[in-house]
Amino acid sequence: MSRPVRFNIKEKDVQNWGINMVDSPDGITGEGFFATSFDKVVGLARKNSIWPLPFATSCCGIEFMATMGSHYDLSRFGSERVGFSPRQCDLLMVMGTIAKKMGPIVKQVYLQMAEPRWVLAVGACASSGGIFDTYSVLQGIDQVVPVDVYVPGCPPRPEAIIDGFMKIQDLVHNESLRRRNGDKYKLLLESYGIQ
Amino acid sequence: MEMTNEIIQQKLTEKFGDQITEWAEPYGMLTFTAPKDLNLKLMTFLFDEMNFRFLTDLTAVHYPDRANEELAVVYHLHNLVENVRLRMKVFTPVAQPDVYTASGLFSSANWQEREAFDFYGVNFVGHPDLRRILNVDEMDYFPLRKEFPLEDQTRIDKDDDMFGR
Repeated sequence: MSRPVRFNIKEKDVQNWGINMVDSPDGITGEGFFATSFDKVVGLARKNSIWPLPFATSCCGIEFMATMGSHYDLSRFGSERVGFSPRQCDLLMVMGTIAKKMGPIVKQVYLQMAEPRWVLAVGACASSGGIFDTYSVLQGIDQVVPVDVYVPGCPPRPEAIIDGFMKIQDLVHNESLRRRNGDKYKLLLESYGIQ
Repeated sequence: MEMTNEIIQQKLTEKFGDQITEWAEPYGMLTFTAPKDLNLKLMTFLFDEMNFRFLTDLTAVHYPDRANEELAVVYHLHNLVENVRLRMKVFTPVAQPDVYTASGLFSSANWQEREAFDFYGVNFVGHPDLRRILNVDEMDYFPLRKEFPLEDQTRIDKDDDMFGR
């Protein structure tokens, strides 16, 4: 006698599935109003709608494709929309070896992005040149653009990329609205010859 | 008459005498060395008289131990009719690496000579556009010459003890 095959016998508690919601920031709540500071709201909104610009040049890019795919699904973090125009994007994700000849192009892409912008260096090559300690390879993209978060690994697993992405989210969330106008930030950009 | 290595060697010796030296046949491929001033004459002869009309490869090699002829320029020529290949070398001192360009004879030599210039600094006299092709334009040395270690010497963040320099 064949084994009976039965599907859909388990009752699903659809009502209480629950959708993960972002906690609202600290503030004063009353009847019909909610008061909090502006940068918390802005940080919250930015954090959960980062548009990444993938700059994938080698094997780390393959890991990024897995990260964007349904199994790891970067969209869960509000990054469904991967932009391929730097002018629309907030986060430059550099994944892979950047040859010295490619350096000016990375910088140009960074310059085309509008403020506020963040940079994630994924993998050993983008972070430090990796195994390519040679005359033709840029020894880390922080030689040409300021980097916010480095993800180690050769290549890093999608979990590591997601971890780096969540670190970026923390930075975005907690960034002061005045940071990009401050002297420190200007000095940082000047050290890269920007503006 | 089939074109064998012996016949090629015989014809070249008839034409150029003992100026062509270091005859060898590694893995059956005829190899010889010519004086660098003769490279164009020799290639034109091979092109016109012996149908070697395809330049398979052109590159350079640095032999730091060969005094006064440190740089070799190597040409691989192919006779497509007879399906015969040969390898021709010319040597030049690294202090004055001037070699006549083959780009007038083979258009494909243009980029290959730029590559040889880019990595070894061979100055191809008469080349229409001799500038770097693969490396960054700002590079001020020739990275495949033996005096330059593989690692990027400009970086300061790697510990020499840890990275085995």
